[in-house]
Amino acid sequence: MSEPVTMMAAPMRLDYVFTPGVAQGKNMHGLERGVFIGQRCPKCKKVYTLSRGSCPTDGVPTDEIVELSNTGTVTTYCVVNVPFAGQSIELPYICAQILLDGANLSFMGLIQEIPAGEIRMGLRVEAVWVPPDELGPTMASVKYFRPNGEPDAAFETYKEYL
Amino acid sequence: MSERCAVIGIGQTVAKSKREDVSIAGLVREAVVMAVEDAGLTFADIDAVVVGKAPDMFEGVMMPELYLAGALGAVGKPMMRVHTAGSVGGSTAIVASHLVASGIHDRVLTVAFEKQSDSDAMWALSVPQPFSSPLLAGAGGYFAPIIRAYMHRSGAPRDVGMKVAVKDRLHALKNPYAHLHLPDISLQMVEDSIMLWDPLHYLESCPSSDGAAAMVIGSERAAAQAETDTGRRPAWIHGMAMRSEPTMFAGRDQVNPQAGRDCAADLYRQAGISDPRADFDMAEVYVPFSWYEPMWLENLGFCAEGDGWKLTEAGATSLIDGGDIPWNCSGGVLSSNPIGASGMLRFLETALQIRGEAGEHQVPDARRALGQAYGGGSQFFSMWVVAVDKP
Repeated sequence: MSEPVTMMAAPMRLDYVFTPGVAQGKNMHGLERGVFIGQRCPKCKKVYTLSRGSCPTDGVPTDEIVELSNTGTVTTYCVVNVPFAGQSIELPYICAQILLDGANLSFMGLIQEIPAGEIRMGLRVEAVWVPPDELGPTMASVKYFRPNGEPDAAFETYKEYL
Repeated sequence: MSERCAVIGIGQTVAKSKREDVSIAGLVREAVVMAVEDAGLTFADIDAVVVGKAPDMFEGVMMPELYLAGALGAVGKPMMRVHTAGSVGGSTAIVASHLVASGIHDRVLTVAFEKQSDSDAMWALSVPQPFSSPLLAGAGGYFAPIIRAYMHRSGAPRDVGMKVAVKDRLHALKNPYAHLHLPDISLQMVEDSIMLWDPLHYLESCPSSDGAAAMVIGSERAAAQAETDTGRRPAWIHGMAMRSEPTMFAGRDQVNPQAGRDCAADLYRQAGISDPRADFDMAEVYVPFSWYEPMWLENLGFCAEGDGWKLTEAGATSLIDGGDIPWNCSGGVLSSNPIGASGMLRFLETALQIRGEAGEHQVPDARRALGQAYGGGSQFFSMWVVAVDKP
């Protein structure tokens, strides 16, 4: 007699079509060209990246489209050393909040080409894109960010984004 | 608040990594039966049920409250579900209390749960999406950079987080319901554990738990009846507040969120609190990663901004060291994390303290206590104050 079955793993799969809408569609068309798109709030003039089309503070559409720089500043970060199934990046890796030049909101990105022990707040970085024929309407078009060689940004320049 | 209301019944399961002996329904049933019996009631006495849990993806069961109606004794009664991510246990208790404070009901059962072992809760919200980086870092990966910003801003020494990790696990040894019981816990043991999300060690992070928490909230009349029937004193609710803010907006202070400060200000106004450190005898606060203790000490106004780590370092929050404002005497979220229930456990533990029934982790003569829960990307806050005296 084998042991009775008391529990089973039942992996599930769901395929779906993602409809990004107007605002995210603009971001994704930018990524398809290898360019970060920002959207400026007409009221507070803040520039949002990966915007969903409205300003969270003023509640108005962010209609004005701005092309953003390929460079930015690491505002803060963590070094990830968590093993899990399906991991595609070698451990440990650096997850950083990146504030693109000209933007007023940071987003999480992968930092490579620097040892984990040398990462720091204020590090200046640039985006590395996949080859032109592989660009698509997805954040996967950005391979990672790497140091761009500029001197570190002063804390004062990004402290309000923490 | 209009009508006075109080916690009159308490129930909780022992938190564990895997409750293979029960389904979700069996798990919540344990907690609600305890709470109803604790109040000297039967399910027939309950007017309405309010349920909370963290996002449904954590177990992969959509709208579980519908199938749980039977297990919760809610068939044929008003029932509602609350959704505010990790803060949900607190928000759920508040919604239930509002139904009594408003004069609508006399006895409302409230319950929150998570059965993390039913699925893969750690990564359930990290599914790849085309508009975000394909980066899997989990909750620790989200909060660790914010913690680093706090360390930078406050100049706190690196070992403060480890001290919280040790303190809460020492508290947990006094709580039979806590998931983690680590008798050998020490600073060295925390430091030797793997650095999962630098600056957070493995032992500075909460466990994954199965568990449920339940309370019965009663009107003044119901509280008097329960006290007569059971001999247990009610934990009177002196204030309740909830606040939220967007996860992402330009200029957001992620370390010390405005929603948390506003929530505390509203709560303290209701409860007549002017100096939280002096006015409360203890607090149960949602600290899933060690550094959130000093961060929330500041956010909740127990000290000036930048000074939270000094209270932790001085032992002010330690029950064992005789600190003046013990935090998380139950062991806190660092010792038990059934996500949806974690917020309610904070609220429930304050009621247990006010009743004087916390056993080995009881704060002597606790007369007024603060419960706090936060959730999501620190964008949801819920808080309450309970006390021995009637408001």
